[in-house]
Amino acid sequence: MNISRTQVHGWLLLMPAAIFLIAFTYYPAVVTLGKSFFSQGTALRPSEFVGLENFQYMFDDDVFWQVVRNNVIYAAGTIPISIALAILMAVWVNGKLRFKSLTRMCYFTPTILPMIAVANIWLFFYTPEIGLLDQVSRVFGFGSHNWLGDPDTVLGCIIAVTIWKEAGFFMIFYLAALQTLPPELEEAAHLEGASRWYYFRRVMFPLLMPTTLFVLINAIINSFKLVDQLFILTKGGPDNASSLLLYYIYEVAFSFLDQAYASTLTVVLLIALAFIAVGQFFLLDKKVHYR
Amino acid sequence: MTVIGKGSWAQSLETIGAWLLAIIWMLPLIYAFWSAFHPPEYSTRFDLLAPLTLENFAVAWDRAPFARYFLNTFILVTMILLAQFVLCTLAAFAFARFDFPGKSVAFVFVLLQLMIMPEVLIVENYITMSKIGAVDTIAGIGLPYMASAFGIFLLRQTFKTIPKELDDAASVEGCSVFQILWKVYVPLARPTYVAYGLVSVSHHWNNFLWPLVITNSVETRPLTVGLAIFGAPESGVDWSIITAGTLLAVAPLLVAFLLFQRQFVQSFMYAGIK
Repeated sequence: MNISRTQVHGWLLLMPAAIFLIAFTYYPAVVTLGKSFFSQGTALRPSEFVGLENFQYMFDDDVFWQVVRNNVIYAAGTIPISIALAILMAVWVNGKLRFKSLTRMCYFTPTILPMIAVANIWLFFYTPEIGLLDQVSRVFGFGSHNWLGDPDTVLGCIIAVTIWKEAGFFMIFYLAALQTLPPELEEAAHLEGASRWYYFRRVMFPLLMPTTLFVLINAIINSFKLVDQLFILTKGGPDNASSLLLYYIYEVAFSFLDQAYASTLTVVLLIALAFIAVGQFFLLDKKVHYR
Repeated sequence: MTVIGKGSWAQSLETIGAWLLAIIWMLPLIYAFWSAFHPPEYSTRFDLLAPLTLENFAVAWDRAPFARYFLNTFILVTMILLAQFVLCTLAAFAFARFDFPGKSVAFVFVLLQLMIMPEVLIVENYITMSKIGAVDTIAGIGLPYMASAFGIFLLRQTFKTIPKELDDAASVEGCSVFQILWKVYVPLARPTYVAYGLVSVSHHWNNFLWPLVITNSVETRPLTVGLAIFGAPESGVDWSIITAGTLLAVAPLLVAFLLFQRQFVQSFMYAGIK
């Protein structure tokens, strides 16, 4: 094959995928950015250039700030706990445990169930009076609580569902990593009289660092992307106490029909994701040191 | 792993912890089974002697067009998977084995899609779909996912591990580029296709937000969207029926998972490590 032919072949092979990527990822991303500088057109008043007016409106929008705060809490609540649980699960399932594969299956099952379906079941858990949570708390002498109706507990409830859904998925990556660790390491640590916790802290956890970084990136992206449960559990309520950025974008675009403002909000989401992309770039650089 | 710790006491405590967590993790599913197989009056009362029934499934099946939803989801995941296999194979082959100007820039752009998922761009993609008349079609649900950066990346990594001597030999034998791809690369990458296929099918079987936005009729709605409408509190259906409907919707994937547990776990693992 001569040079110019392979070049043409390369581009031709890439072309079909490139067309789809441009049409449904890059083109809409660029157009979204553009639209954030224009007003929402109506039948009487066509859309016009308004500069940063949409962004000004966004900075004055209390709901926007609430949603951003919720999203930060959501991320801060789900990420560390689901990663810690994932490591714990992986260590357990990788070790000597009776009913090992059954246990592993239990941990992993939430991953393959649709969020929308499991939210139906969780909704029952949280129902006041008859829900499982209230039935259990009654046994311990606590009164009934409207978990999803109280602005103070609703976000915690959403976080719990997400942790439950994610931890088993992350476990898989740790399990894969643990299986590559040579067993001599632990034997040596044991001979030296190191405790199990010491071994974990000083040997295993540092060696799992690349996996943790990979999982961390995934978890951060998920904290922006995973909003399905809101549709069933709370619809962002009460009073936006559980609304997240992507859910708010959906509401603004398809309930309030304000595409210009929805585009402005999408730009914020895109900027956040761009930051993660850059962060990943630097983290992956670091990863090399551990390999 | 060898037993390290302060004897069997600590060991059994950990075992109990592991099992307890497993039970908590299965609790929603266990509850769903309880409620779906018992009469409505037992859905919040736990009594070992409660009579079993299949009535809830029959009612759920009648209340919503589940058969149609199943068909829609089946068409959707099959269509997406086939398109992904074709588009990603071609692009991955280009990245793995061809040199062309702009290759590395193009690859960075592909990887960007790992961050900017179609979910983020629902507003603009909806407008695109209405321009091309794809609103409320099953193709409209699938289109944004067909060129998958993840699939391209995964297949490229696999193709790169295939020795170049193999395709040199094939081209000496007179094989064209497509014949080399079809007869050498695709068969050797089979495990990757299986792994990616399982991840893709379970992802799109469960996907919700974009299908919700783009569909508005029974003829196109996938299971997840149908289930959300069915389970909405406004619909006034009781717990046992909702859980029965929920189990119906997850049954195919759940059964497949239980049967091919090893394959599933390994596929997700494999897809994640690459």
